[in-house]
Formats: sequence, C-alpha cells, structure tokens
Amino acid sequence: MKYIIAMIRPERLDAVKRELQKLEVNRLTVSSVAGYGAQKGHLEIYRATEYEANLLEKIKIEIAVEDHFLQPIVEAIKTGAMGNDGYIGSGKIFVLPLDDVIRIRTNESGPEAL
Amino acid sequence: MAIEAADTVWVLISSAMVLLMVPGLALFYGGLVQRKNVLSSMMHSFVAMGVMALVWVLAGYSLAFGEGNWFVGDLEYAFLKGIDAYSVTGTIPTYAFVAFQGMFAIITPALISGAIVGRVKFKSYIAFIALWGLIVYAPVCHWVWGGGFLTGEALDFAGGTVVHITAGMSSLAILTYLGKRRGYGVDTLKPHNITLTLLGAGILWFGWFGFNAGSALAANEIATLAFLTTLVAPAAAGFVWMAVEWHHLGHPTALGFATGVLAGLVAITPAAGFVTPMAAIPIGAITSFICYQAVMLKNRFGYDDSLDAFGVHGVGGIIGALLTGVYASVGGEGLLLGNSSQLMIQLEGVVLTIIYASACTLLIGFVLNRTIGLKVTESEENIGLDKTQHGEAAYNV
Repeated sequence: MKYIIAMIRPERLDAVKRELQKLEVNRLTVSSVAGYGAQKGHLEIYRATEYEANLLEKIKIEIAVEDHFLQPIVEAIKTGAMGNDGYIGSGKIFVLPLDDVIRIRTNESGPEAL
Repeated sequence: MAIEAADTVWVLISSAMVLLMVPGLALFYGGLVQRKNVLSSMMHSFVAMGVMALVWVLAGYSLAFGEGNWFVGDLEYAFLKGIDAYSVTGTIPTYAFVAFQGMFAIITPALISGAIVGRVKFKSYIAFIALWGLIVYAPVCHWVWGGGFLTGEALDFAGGTVVHITAGMSSLAILTYLGKRRGYGVDTLKPHNITLTLLGAGILWFGWFGFNAGSALAANEIATLAFLTTLVAPAAAGFVWMAVEWHHLGHPTALGFATGVLAGLVAITPAAGFVTPMAAIPIGAITSFICYQAVMLKNRFGYDDSLDAFGVHGVGGIIGALLTGVYASVGGEGLLLGNSSQLMIQLEGVVLTIIYASACTLLIGFVLNRTIGLKVTESEENIGLDKTQHGEAAYNV
C-alpha cells in the first residue's frame, strides 16, 4: 500500500477531483495549507504598502491506495493539477510506503480496510 | 413652502440609513461568493459609493429631476448649478433631497453586481455602473418621480420599479450576455460564509426603513405607515420562504430565510406608503412564494444568476409593483377598491421599464465588451478576482 500526498494550487482542486472521479476514486482527504517552493511568493498590497507574501495558499490532498492503483492516480492528479498551462507552482506529489490501515468500526486492517 | 425641521431631520437620517445598505449589500453578496472572490464582490458595492455619488451630483440628479421632457430631465442642475443651501424641495432643503435620492442611485447599480460576480474586469465594472446610472437609472427615475410620463400615474412609493425592476432586469440582461462562471454546474461554487450574508441581510432590513419610510420625504403619518409595512411584509416573506423550503427540500435554511426577507423588502418597496399593514402580509407572502419558484427555475434553465439578483430583485420588483396596483388603499386606489385602471398603469410601467432597462444594459455591455472588454481571462477567473484584480486576499494564513 502507498500513501499519496499531493500539494496543488487551490484553483485546481475541482479539476483534480474530476480526474479522480473518472477513476472512481471516492476516498480522499483535503486540507487547506500554506507553503512555498520554487514559485517563491507574490506581492500583495495592504494600505498602499507592498508585502512579499511568501506563504502561498495551497491545497493538500491525501489518498491511501493499493500498489496497483498508484500509477493511474498519480497520473490523474498530474493531469488535474497541471491544467492546460502547467507553470511554476503547480505543485508536487509525494508517494510514501504505508505499513497498515485499520478501519475503526470493524477492526479490519490492511488492504481490506482501504 | 417653508422648511420643516422634523422632515429635514428624518430625511437626513434616512439618507444615512440608505447608505448603510451598501455595506449591508456588500456583506450579503460577499458571504455568498467563494473565498477567492470576497473582496472583489464587496468592492463592487463599496466602489459604487465612490463612483455613483459623483455621477449623481455631476449629472445624474439633473437628468432625473431636471424639468426636461416626458422621457428624461435636462442639464439645468448639472454640477448642482442653481441649487444652494437655502433651496427648498417640498418641506426640506433641496440638498437633503439630492442626498437622499443620491443614495438610491448608489445602491441600485450595486444590486446588479450580484449577477456578475467572479468574472468581470474591475475597470469595466466601474465604467458599466457609471454609464448605467446615466443611461438607465436617471431616465427611469425621471419617468416615475421626476416629472416624466409615469409621474403621478404609476404608484411607486420607494422604487420598486425605479430601483428593483431596473436592477433586476439589467442583471438578467448582462448575465445572459456574459455567460456563466467557469465551472458552473461542474465545480462547487458554494457560498463561503453565510454568517456574513445574514449580517448583511439584517443591515439591509435596518437600512430599508430609511429607504421606504424616508421616501415619504416627511416625518408624518405616511412615513409611519411605510415604516410598519416595511416590518410586516419581509416578516411574512421570510416566513413563507422558510416554510416552502422546509416542505420542498426538507430543511428551513438560514440562507433561505434571509433570501425571503430580501424578497419581501423588494416587494413592499413600491407599496410601502400606499397599503395597510394587513395588505403588506399577502404582498410579502405572495412575492416570496413566486421568487422562490423563480430561483428554482434558474437551476432548470441553467443561467448563472450567481446571487439571484434577477430572481429576487427583478421578479420581486415586478410582482411588488403589480400587487401595489391591487392592494393600494392609502393615497391611491387599487383593484380591490374596484379601480382596475391602476393595475393597467402599473403593468405599463413594469413592461416599459423591463424593455428599456434590458435593451440599454445589453447595449452598454456590448459597447464595453468591444472596447475595454468585460470578462477576465480564464486563468484570472480560476485564481479568483481578489488576487488578480485587487492584489489582496480576504483571508490570510
């Protein structure tokens, strides 16, 4: 099993969800986070003073998958997050090994619990 | 006539209350949009205070209330020429009248902004409201109140036709021309903060007492009547909307109640000083029921009236104007007193306003689109107008 963490632009979330729905992936966790990478920051104006806001709003998506689903799901996230014009700041996808999953209600564990 | 101190005080207070409706509207609309368009949406209301106040004193007031002809005023009062601190209109100083009417000219175009959220260039919006104020608002205001062909004929106490039908129909016209928000019907375009919307609705209701009762232009019996009907009609309308929604969709939502209140406020606007408080109950209730159906129809037809500017102000304004012709009994006689001709006159005012406002709005939209462009680019729309148009974010980490 693998654990996928993807950081994407907020405005691409709906597109990523659409791509994932095509694969009938109907389990994911989304959170609103802040961070920056190669894109650095951008300028914002408050009361006529420009500030470099280097913490940008991002969306973090987390999905646990069985190994053979990994590749199509990664592709789907890439397609959705890039849009037509992938440019700097489009985000990153991290893939982590996943030791175990336990479903609290039934106490199932492993791939069954996914 | 001599100046009455009490009348002057009431009109000045009412003017300030009407101005407070603008931030009320900003909150109402701001809560209904997505996080990325909050400031853009609120700025549409706020910038109207800057733009329309100037348009009004420079030329709008004169085009609306100058003598002119049956259709539009003239420029005799442009730059408020010929008016000074001692000029009198009715029983109040003319400056008080200019200020009070100016507040209406500010909030009316701001109402339209609810139809176009999240997809219009800011500079085009500014150009739009300035042109709309001169080409649509001022003439219709002249027709109904300023000595034009409907003055003294059609009953419009506080602007059901002048304010709500013009703004509502123009909303429908401009959103048809603009098209939907990208992602409409596909992505989630949910309201981001309904608490703001409820606060906005409350401030709107408060301000509306100035809007309607102030329209008596005096501190008298009719102002008091308008005040009470402005309490009763929205109450009935909010209750009906909530009940219908509860029955139809299973839950009495907070947003539904607030929307019903707004529909009731729109409905009672033309009728406020012409009907009894008991008549205000059916006016609010019937209008609310019909506006609910209109908002439901929107989903069936798939047009993106983002914040229901047409569904509430357009439809509510039309029904309110017609019901005024049915229930009028104070200072006018409606259908229930056997006067069917009043209803015909109301209908005439409604139809002409619908045609005129829609046609002019399409024309203004077309010209702006061909010159400075109306819509933002696809990527600007995706990222949101707060960041792309204003360089700000409403909420920061």
